[in-house]
Amino acid sequence: MPQNRACIVGIVDTPLENGRVPGGATVMQIQARAARDALADAGLEWKDVDGLLVAGSWGLPRPGGMSALAMAEYLNLQPRYLDNTNAGGPSFEMHVGHAAMALAAGACDVALILYGSDQRSGGGRSLGGRPNWFDLQFETPWGMPAPVGAYALAARRHMHEFGTTAEQLAEVAVAARQWARLNPDAMMREPMSVADVLASPMIAGPLHLFDCCLVTDGGGAIVMTTAERARDLAKRPIAIRGFGECATHLSIPEMPELARLTCAERSGAEAYRKAGLGPGDIDVVEIYDSFSITVLLSLEALGFCAPGEAGSFVAGQRTAPGGDFPMNTNGGGLSYAHPGMYGIFLLIEAVRQLCGECGERQVAHAELALVHGTGGTLSSGATVILSRE
Amino acid sequence: MYDKPKYDKPLPMPDLETQPFWGGAKAGKLLLPKCLDCGQYHFFPRALCPYCRSENWTWVAASGDGVIHSYTIAHRGAGPAFKDDAPYAVAIIELAEGPKMMSNIITDDLGRIAVDGAVRVAFDPVTEDITLPKFTLV
Repeated sequence: MPQNRACIVGIVDTPLENGRVPGGATVMQIQARAARDALADAGLEWKDVDGLLVAGSWGLPRPGGMSALAMAEYLNLQPRYLDNTNAGGPSFEMHVGHAAMALAAGACDVALILYGSDQRSGGGRSLGGRPNWFDLQFETPWGMPAPVGAYALAARRHMHEFGTTAEQLAEVAVAARQWARLNPDAMMREPMSVADVLASPMIAGPLHLFDCCLVTDGGGAIVMTTAERARDLAKRPIAIRGFGECATHLSIPEMPELARLTCAERSGAEAYRKAGLGPGDIDVVEIYDSFSITVLLSLEALGFCAPGEAGSFVAGQRTAPGGDFPMNTNGGGLSYAHPGMYGIFLLIEAVRQLCGECGERQVAHAELALVHGTGGTLSSGATVILSRE
Repeated sequence: MYDKPKYDKPLPMPDLETQPFWGGAKAGKLLLPKCLDCGQYHFFPRALCPYCRSENWTWVAASGDGVIHSYTIAHRGAGPAFKDDAPYAVAIIELAEGPKMMSNIITDDLGRIAVDGAVRVAFDPVTEDITLPKFTLV
């Protein structure tokens, strides 16, 4: 086992009340407090941090364009390794991969990954407002509700090619809700059935309201270091066994195949290869559920079922508590929280499961976890495989 | 001239490489980049052919025929400007020449829209400068 294998040694997510940071906070405040608490979780100090990875999605004219730089200033850090990678939701899975490589190369010793969002309190979310330049000038004028419309286009195509049904899509949302009912920190904890999903308002057909993720505030932080250094720290280290990333397009008509998530196929294959593992080895799965269809496409692309078969794979609440495929165990973006870019929370939940910190929702014998993030309009993907060190 | 209600939806922002497309649309033509080296059409326009990376391509008028590759019915509009239009259809059209593009399907009966359904371009002059190519069911 290599001494320099990267580990996650500290995690935190910002407590929310009804999807909001209590009392309100800026994205900078959210991230600073999350950083402090994640370092405490790890048993590390500010002076130890020499790597900083910040996606930001705060948007210009706020300092989103130079997010790691802005946070370094705000935190009075002078990191020797910086990463501004922003590819939407899976940015944080990418950061974990990048930090793992930086740690292995000695480019930093302690890496801090941050995210903060005030999108619910700030009222910044709309189905419009996308740019009208670059190739989005061939999208925005026709009024595709963004991003949900793009996911709806993929869902319709998946239905057409494979016979996937609205009921099967709804199973994903219902299973997420079942997990959320076991998580006191989840926003949506009322019982919900497949019929409830189908009866919820249509947003962008065939996707209903409850096929869509929540709109919340949120923040999180992850601390990483080498396995060697992790041995002496406060928390059980969680090793990065494999990672991979890929991007295929920005605007949805450019997606290579609408009903096939090529970027996840590639990032997943890379992560499995690095880990020397396959889909059958995984105990708990955290998959970005921006929309129910995102999960179906990801399950197929990551090899958990054959292409076109994810609808039947998730039927009968297979991914719910008690099912044989525990997935999105905190309630996911559909029922736990979704602050713009959700990817960091997939990692945080996977670490909690592997550390055995999940209380009522704890998956028994969770030793290997797979995390997969998707961003943009099915544009980018990143996979991370984790285990106890 | 009758007073037209002011068009308040987002307009494309033509630039050096997209202006010919929008100019074509204004003249009632659906122009596509066609590579003179590999022979393939592509869309959206870009400096290098995405297939063979040649810069040797030219604008060619497309037939305007296509099929619906997929579609969604927007029950919530894309922001306030589209609110009163909902429900409306947004589709990815696979053009007869090969490339795919996003557009609207203009129909009185959204229920007739189906994947693989044949469509033909129809030009909608939304402002004096900008004409949006949209599609009707055939």
